[in-house]
Amino acid sequence: MTTTTIALLLLGLGLAAWLAARGKAMAFSRSGGTRPHSLPAYHGWYVALWAMVPALVFLAIWSNVSNGLIFQAVMASPEAAALPDFAMQRQAILGEAYALATGASDTVFNPQARALAPVYAGAISFYAWLGLGVSLLIAFSGGAVAYTRVSPHFRARTRIERTVMAVLLLASLIAVLTTLGIFVSLLFESLRFFSMVSPVEFVFGLNWSPQMAIRADQAGSSGAFGAIPLFWGTIFIGAIIAMIVAIPLGLMSAIYLTQYARPSVRAWMKPLLEILAGVPTVVYGYFAALTVAPAIRDLGLSLGIPSSSESALAAGLVMGIMIIPFVSSMADDSIAAVPQAMRDGSLAMGATRSETIKRVLVPAALPGVVGGVLLAVSRAIGETMIVVMAAGLAANLTANPFESVTTVTTQIVQLLTGDQEFDSPKTLAAFALGLVLFLVTLALNIVALRVVKKYREAYE
Amino acid sequence: MSEAFDKVDPTPTDWKAEAMQRRIRKRYGAERRFKLVGLMAVLMSAGFLAFLMWTMVGNGARGFMQTQIRLDLPAEQVSLLDAGAWEDAVRVGGGDAIFSGIAWRTLRDRGARGGPIWLPAADAIDVAAKGEGTAEAERAYAALAARDRVRTGINWTFLTGSDATDPTVVGIWGAFKGSLLTMIVTLALAFPIGVLSAVYLEEYAPRNRWTDMIEVTINNLAAVPSIIFGLLGLAIFLNFMHLPRSAPIVGGLTLALMTMPVIVIAGRNAIKSVPPSIRDAALGIGASRIQVVSHHVLPLALPGILTGTIIGMARALGETAPLLMIGMRAFIASPPAGVSEPATVLPVQIFLWSDEVSRGFVEKTSAAIIVLLVFLLAMNGIAIYLRNRFEKRW
Repeated sequence: MTTTTIALLLLGLGLAAWLAARGKAMAFSRSGGTRPHSLPAYHGWYVALWAMVPALVFLAIWSNVSNGLIFQAVMASPEAAALPDFAMQRQAILGEAYALATGASDTVFNPQARALAPVYAGAISFYAWLGLGVSLLIAFSGGAVAYTRVSPHFRARTRIERTVMAVLLLASLIAVLTTLGIFVSLLFESLRFFSMVSPVEFVFGLNWSPQMAIRADQAGSSGAFGAIPLFWGTIFIGAIIAMIVAIPLGLMSAIYLTQYARPSVRAWMKPLLEILAGVPTVVYGYFAALTVAPAIRDLGLSLGIPSSSESALAAGLVMGIMIIPFVSSMADDSIAAVPQAMRDGSLAMGATRSETIKRVLVPAALPGVVGGVLLAVSRAIGETMIVVMAAGLAANLTANPFESVTTVTTQIVQLLTGDQEFDSPKTLAAFALGLVLFLVTLALNIVALRVVKKYREAYE
Repeated sequence: MSEAFDKVDPTPTDWKAEAMQRRIRKRYGAERRFKLVGLMAVLMSAGFLAFLMWTMVGNGARGFMQTQIRLDLPAEQVSLLDAGAWEDAVRVGGGDAIFSGIAWRTLRDRGARGGPIWLPAADAIDVAAKGEGTAEAERAYAALAARDRVRTGINWTFLTGSDATDPTVVGIWGAFKGSLLTMIVTLALAFPIGVLSAVYLEEYAPRNRWTDMIEVTINNLAAVPSIIFGLLGLAIFLNFMHLPRSAPIVGGLTLALMTMPVIVIAGRNAIKSVPPSIRDAALGIGASRIQVVSHHVLPLALPGILTGTIIGMARALGETAPLLMIGMRAFIASPPAGVSEPATVLPVQIFLWSDEVSRGFVEKTSAAIIVLLVFLLAMNGIAIYLRNRFEKRW
């Protein structure tokens, strides 16, 4: 008798309760007399909820505690007295006995496990039946009490609607809980990290090499956690190179599509450009690593500049392409929000369309465009796959775009994949980097949204 | 008043004068150049997209094909087939040097009968057939081709198989099934929670500081980098709640938290666009506030909500970084049987294959990308169709 079976049984009971209560309510609404307050279906829902919800809540709690109860029952049995004291050995025997009892296996290595198996099976079935019995009892009593309340005067609809409101409020609180969860988990692990590594070293250190020494005499792996090269790499790729690509292309595309293109061209080109934002980042990363990076290395070498096969330029360039639709659609929105009167006024004074755009529309739309660019930067610095696949791992502090740099997100992936032990500064450093990333993107978003909002208000 | 007029030069501007004409030409030139720059920007952006697609299709189209080699089993070896010793039969016919590691399966599926049969070629020969192999493999391929023993066929294994170390054996079904299970979990969580939150915030929430806080939180959550959700999943679902690593249930939970704000924002916009007169009419004939929403507002807002949901799901389907954090990058050679089995998903599979050194994986990676892009484009296409077909202008 598994938990799933019991849950299905309870759902069946709920259905029966719904039908019964609705039938009762229909009977009294047909018989005339006082006009009932609620429709029969609401009475049905009321009784069904009372039959199902308390029992399901009990079942959820029971499925978590019953394993502990079974374990205690087994340990209290006379057969368990002979078990060795050594914890690992005891665990192994208990594990075998459990597998034997549930029928998952039928071979044993330890004779004690065979002796323990019937005890285990007995405890399992006892607690399963107990769980079933109590759930059914709760379901029946809940349903019965609710059923007796069904009468023409009973305000079932009000009760149901109050429940629905509570569920709605709970659902909208999940977003708050998620944000809180992100913040608390990042902060908690970061504090553990900062108890091992000084925050000053983390924020101002120039050297990043997160390998920890396995032996004391090992050379060159003392573990340095200076994150400046990471911050620089992130800004270099996400906020400088990517924006040099994305801002002119995005802005000019938006201007051309809103001001010059025929409606039919616009109707086709706008969704086409939006595909660029819908392509998964892993595809961009593969494109950057396979096609763009080798071309850029060859270009750098032919110019006589020291180049690496994983360059900041390749990652930044491809990231810029990915960002174009963001900049473009934000610019599009803010140009469209400039009042038509300003545009008409400029054109009526004899200015050409490009003069109107350059002297009137863009300056008027600038706050919106800046907000859009900030949002784009926040997205670029949080972008992971492109830099993981194309930017490399070497923490260089260089301004040469043909060299390899590393970013915050690359290092998070690097630190958390592979073998993990959860007390080393190496894995905890990833959470500290995550905290920095979270706070920076949050700040950028808040500032950007505020700028955009203020600007919209100015013209409304 | 008259003073200002006195200062103006009384002679009218001579628009036909050379200086004026030059100025107008200059301004019109600037206009044309500006328009051209705009056009170039659009064309360049579209060009990047075209180049990206062309590269992927160019590399990936071959991933759906495989080189096959005819096996002519000598008459005296046919007894091997009767004995069911398929692998021995392949070895007699040429062995691992020219046949793929799973060539014997094709032989087995045909059953015990002699005669020529086409079997998948080994990776080295496959690459050589495309002109990029080693000199040795090229020679072997040329020898086979000279005896007319090679052809190109459709690689069905790629659509039905799972991850493997040999590029001729790999397939995307395992990763696809993982993606499917993950998406089911994501949809089952994110859609109800997202719609309910949108309804609450748009229809019932009182205007106060708490509601403002919830709104700001949801807007910010939509812009949090995806990798942060991966860290959350790792810290909460794996380290705190001890859910199974690499499982679609954890991936689905993580992606649901990421997708939910997108659905909330789309849902609120859709609900907002339902005109207030409909609510007033329903309230006027005695419906309760819950009935107004569930009988009138939600059905009218549903197309908009669905469009937002599909777009959010498409984003989740292409997401890689958070799933790397929760361990879905493991090597998994069989499709997952349920939501708590270890699995991988399509984008992560692409990432894993892109790291492989073997030349044969390049085309497999691109082919997997084509499959992923087809699904994403189809989803976005459905969303656009829904929007155009059902969106009402009130």
